[in-house]
Amino acid sequence: MKMVNIKIDGKELQVPENYTILEAARQANISIPTLCYLKGINEIGACRMCIVEVKGSRSFQAACVYPVSEGLEVRTQSPAIREARKVTLELILSNHDRSCLTCVRSRTCELQKLAEELNIKDIRFNGEMQRKPMDDFSPSIVRDPNKCILCRRCVSMCKNIQKVAAIDTVERGFDTIVSPIYNLSLNEVPCVTCGQCINVCPVGALREKDSTEIVWDALANKDLHLVVQTAPAVRVALGEEFGMPIGTRVTGKMVAALKQLGFAKVFDTDTAADLTILEEGTELINRIKEGGKLPLITSCSPGWIKFCEHFYPEFLDNLSTCKSPHEMFGALLKSYYAEKMGIDPAKMFVVSVMPCTAKKFERQRPELASTGYPDVDAVLTTRELARMIREAGIDFKSLPDETFDDPMGEATGAGVIFGATGGVMEAALRTVADILTGKSNEDIEYTEVRGIEGIKEAKIKIGDLELKAAVAHGLGNARKLLDRIKSGKADYHFVEIMACPGGCVNGGGQPIQISEVRSVVDISKERAKAIYEEDRDMPIRKSHENPQVQKLYKEYLGEPGSHKAHELLHTHYAPRESYPDIP
Amino acid sequence: MDKGTCCCGCIDEKEQMLESIMQKHKNRKGALIPILHEAQELYGYLPLKVQRKISESLDIPLSEIYGVITFYAQFSLKPKGVYNIQVCMGTACYVRGASLVLEKLQERLGIHIGECTEDGLFSLEVCRCVGACGLAPVMMINGEVYGTLNPEKIEKIIEKYEKQGKVQVK
Repeated sequence: MKMVNIKIDGKELQVPENYTILEAARQANISIPTLCYLKGINEIGACRMCIVEVKGSRSFQAACVYPVSEGLEVRTQSPAIREARKVTLELILSNHDRSCLTCVRSRTCELQKLAEELNIKDIRFNGEMQRKPMDDFSPSIVRDPNKCILCRRCVSMCKNIQKVAAIDTVERGFDTIVSPIYNLSLNEVPCVTCGQCINVCPVGALREKDSTEIVWDALANKDLHLVVQTAPAVRVALGEEFGMPIGTRVTGKMVAALKQLGFAKVFDTDTAADLTILEEGTELINRIKEGGKLPLITSCSPGWIKFCEHFYPEFLDNLSTCKSPHEMFGALLKSYYAEKMGIDPAKMFVVSVMPCTAKKFERQRPELASTGYPDVDAVLTTRELARMIREAGIDFKSLPDETFDDPMGEATGAGVIFGATGGVMEAALRTVADILTGKSNEDIEYTEVRGIEGIKEAKIKIGDLELKAAVAHGLGNARKLLDRIKSGKADYHFVEIMACPGGCVNGGGQPIQISEVRSVVDISKERAKAIYEEDRDMPIRKSHENPQVQKLYKEYLGEPGSHKAHELLHTHYAPRESYPDIP
Repeated sequence: MDKGTCCCGCIDEKEQMLESIMQKHKNRKGALIPILHEAQELYGYLPLKVQRKISESLDIPLSEIYGVITFYAQFSLKPKGVYNIQVCMGTACYVRGASLVLEKLQERLGIHIGECTEDGLFSLEVCRCVGACGLAPVMMINGEVYGTLNPEKIEKIIEKYEKQGKVQVK
């Protein structure tokens, strides 16, 4: 890359010619405030917080979109800049719903932070407040337009990264609102409930549908037997909510906190992930041997499933019929576990702590109720669990490590890596390789399916078979991959798709990291690193070697793919209408 | 629905015409706006099914198309009356009392901006400058310009169209 010489605040810098002023300044540790900017996702210069003086330019320029060039001279601080930024921010605040005390984003709000940084003490303008209706009909996502600052990060995430485009800016001027078409609810349009919009929202305009109250009520109900399960990605992110560095593993503390909250049993969804591998692995082997529909596509990600039902119904037969792991677990808890413990499943309440908002939607799918009761009764996101821990006054950081409960507390490294993109694929390969070769293979780290590349491909030699696999994460990448398969440009045996970029570690229910952090840290990568460390520390790293899972088949399910297994662990899909009829 | 046929199986001429409008502009940059204009001329407004067809044809998300339609005052999401009244709210018309004219029209017709009378005869909308500032305030009915308006002149104009009724419209 060609380098250019520029000057920012008198500092002489040499930077690549494709840099913006903002990138150059950040590299030189010169701070420029931003609000709408989100690296790689939203770079549109809309909010005007990052304005700077460019020598020779008549007016202020937005640093986030202004390209550097040889000899460029920039000032980032001056009385005029300071005043302009302040007025702009005051105007944004002038009609903002400033109920900060009770806002879900208090402490992580980028607008609040900016107001503090720019030393706003008084909002001189009192803008007209339009009370816009809230949209809380979706089981996963609540939209509050009164808090929206129209930065368009969510629009860009939904449209450009996820390629779902459920929302966009509607109307103009003062009436502008980010919304689905015709003021419909997110529930009435093809929103896949992935929640990535929440993760990029700088304020409290988007948040998950709260389930903490339901869970508090259940915890207080002495007639209920309350069990909780936690997904692998939660344990590598929950610590962030308590000020711990990104990528800290807090498995033991998380279990301890859940026990303190009053759950009768704390289980590990990873156990069910191991089960998923056996069911899905068997499905894959059968489809390959019997000439079934290929590629087999994973079904753990409910955002992806909804996406497939809306946009790619022609691939529904390719989907694995396996329920997602926490739903499998729920069904088993209300059957196998209930029988074993002598508990009436009607009196059981299963809570899933998930990195995911789509699991909230999935939970209420009517077909996911194998025992006649919903497999799962409530889904909490990682953020909601953190809120409950705070509310209970638990000092999370000083908790001692505790371990998951038996039975069904045992899991393998294969179950853990479900939390990162490529993880399900790798876990499946570990098992499928052993089954097909009839021996225990030592080489179990399939690094070719790891990492943050949008679409990963691998050809893996297993005995006589060369297994062709592909992994996509983020629905924009999923689209690309599916289109390639559809047009015949690619063919695979096995495909893993995760709705969220980076997989579950970056799910829509994970702790929010603000733009400033996301500019310098790849949060998916850091959390995934912790996941793979967790895997390496596990004594058992292959799903089929999980003694708990083996016992479960022996005592209850028979064998993978059995009738009983199908009854409890498998499901079906149907095409989904995207929009209501509007004349 | 199949291309060019309606629910009863007959050939839907409008859909075929929409198809050819889209084909005409498709591979040009900035095709969306001219297509929306011509589609609106064809249907009188831009119903969801038309937006969806355009979205598929241009590979532009439906939400983005809807955003464009609601951004520009020229585009309408609601069916229009036989006589579409557009009241200019440009600067010159505004300062010369366009809002009084608009108020009178709403009262006389019993509808708000963006609505259509129950008998389907009149619809009312506001528009930006029509380039006849010398005649401000101005309104257009089906493209015909009425200038130097005041609330008193409205009754006679509306009456004329009421008499004309639904006939004599192209």
